[in-house]
Amino acid sequence: MGKVVYTVGDDVSTDVIYPGRYMATVLPTETPQYAFADHAEFNAKLKSKQVPPGSVLVGGKNFGCGSSREQAVSTLKGYDLVIVARSFARIFLQNSINLGLRTVAAPDIDAKDGDELEIAEHEVINRTSGRSFRIEPLPPARRDIMEAGGLIAYTRARVLAGSGAR
Amino acid sequence: MGMTVVEKILARASGLKSVKAGDVVEPKVDLAMSHENGALVINQFLEIYKDTSVTPKIWDPSKIAIIFDHRVPAESSKTATNQKKIREFVAANRIGKFHDIRGDLGGICHQILPENGYVRPGAVVVGTDSHTTSHGALGAFAFGIGATEMASVWALGTVLNVEVPQTIKVVVTGTFPKFVGPKDLILHLIGRLSAQGANFKVIEFHGPTIRKMSTSGRLVICNMSVEAGATSGIVPADDETVRYLREEAGVTGKIALVAPDPDATYDQIVEIDVSKLAPQIACPHTVDNVKPIKDVKGTKVNQIVIGSCTNGRLDDLVVAAKILKGRKVAAGTRMLVFPASGRIYNQALAKGIIGDLMKAGAVVMNPGCGPCLGVHEGALGDGEVALSTTNRNFKGRMGNPTAGVYLCSPAVAAASALKGVITDPTKGVK
Repeated sequence: MGKVVYTVGDDVSTDVIYPGRYMATVLPTETPQYAFADHAEFNAKLKSKQVPPGSVLVGGKNFGCGSSREQAVSTLKGYDLVIVARSFARIFLQNSINLGLRTVAAPDIDAKDGDELEIAEHEVINRTSGRSFRIEPLPPARRDIMEAGGLIAYTRARVLAGSGAR
Repeated sequence: MGMTVVEKILARASGLKSVKAGDVVEPKVDLAMSHENGALVINQFLEIYKDTSVTPKIWDPSKIAIIFDHRVPAESSKTATNQKKIREFVAANRIGKFHDIRGDLGGICHQILPENGYVRPGAVVVGTDSHTTSHGALGAFAFGIGATEMASVWALGTVLNVEVPQTIKVVVTGTFPKFVGPKDLILHLIGRLSAQGANFKVIEFHGPTIRKMSTSGRLVICNMSVEAGATSGIVPADDETVRYLREEAGVTGKIALVAPDPDATYDQIVEIDVSKLAPQIACPHTVDNVKPIKDVKGTKVNQIVIGSCTNGRLDDLVVAAKILKGRKVAAGTRMLVFPASGRIYNQALAKGIIGDLMKAGAVVMNPGCGPCLGVHEGALGDGEVALSTTNRNFKGRMGNPTAGVYLCSPAVAAASALKGVITDPTKGVK
């Protein structure tokens, strides 16, 4: 169960999630301070440590569109947020899987700030409104990487097995 | 069953006879490009080998390209230190295709790769930049990835678990009206498909208008395919591709062309006739908020930008100079020009174009990404409006979330610079 701490609309770009002017900061340990930097109130809330791990950010369609910057994922991962959105842009989704940021695609999701969401295997249940929303499953090719704990671990296993660069 | 161009490329690169949309493959990479975010790639690459007895080793340094373009010259000591770290890594690992900050060989990655002949038809190209889609202009399958995925490519030489994308076929017919061109075509298409209409898909461009289009124009339409969500845009290679690679990129070796099968399967087919297309404008704050110019003409503009990986090529500067030569940028409007590479800058100098633009009042900057992503030069003031030939207008994109960015062609940008308001070049500009 996680509480919705922020909701945003469709087409939220990586320029909004992690503005370009902070791109010289690259390390996952340093990026969280700039999450939604231009949304001053939410940024302050995140930094004040009022947001417990597992809290939910609800997005619309095409969440994470635009630049391939991985900081947009590591900045959210730093707070251990779960992103529930109607759909995700391709590179953002892949980066999330690679870095282990939890993303849930629920095409009809409807929730507001403060709602309690339960993420079950096939559906998201909004315990506040009592409604359930179908989850679009991840393709198996991506699930494998996620289950390995991310792409670093997945690639490391391949390197150790000596099967790289065939 | 027939294959699309990308299906053929992925089959070849994965050592398979055929593939179809939805298959999961592991293609070998022909070219792996990064820019300043190479600093993060290096970090993640070393992370793969951490706590193992294996020495970090790049699969093939000759296939890695690193081009400094996002913040050149460095705007801060932090960036300068990142660039220094990358330079040291490049030297220690003998990275083959490195372009430092230089007036002759430097520039924006999406111009440097084509103009040096690094991209070939049929190749698999990955880049830690979403506009890597650009290189589909040469008939390659080119797509953007994150830094960690690139680290994995550096280690293995393949991209893991790639799902073969579906393909949208776009057929373009008709002759462009004067001062209307590839930028207007792609903005129109993005407006039709929406910002997510091609998500996880490839856009394959066809039709007589595409066959007649220069590689420079094809780079524009493939560059911005990602703004409809596309994994990649691609123009099947043809005589023009060979001409460009031989004459402009100096390629001497064999060039193999890859064409789609006539019975290839497409997700959908979109037809566009450009013969009556008006200049198109993407309005704040999404790239699919596209309107014909008549809906926004007269809008006051504080800053005009011509440049970027989308429209900073020689033909873009030529059209701007044609409109601006002997005239003046309006008072109260500032105009910034960023040639896409040192080579283009030098060509424009030789043609007298740089002088024409400067005499009109434009500030000509060094090649690079410039103000496009709001990290470097040309930031906007509170509430200001920019009209730009770049590719994105998301809130805050040019460094100020209270500013608005309109996207347009070089002809619209130049005509608007004269008046200080959004101006239609097809009406009365000679």
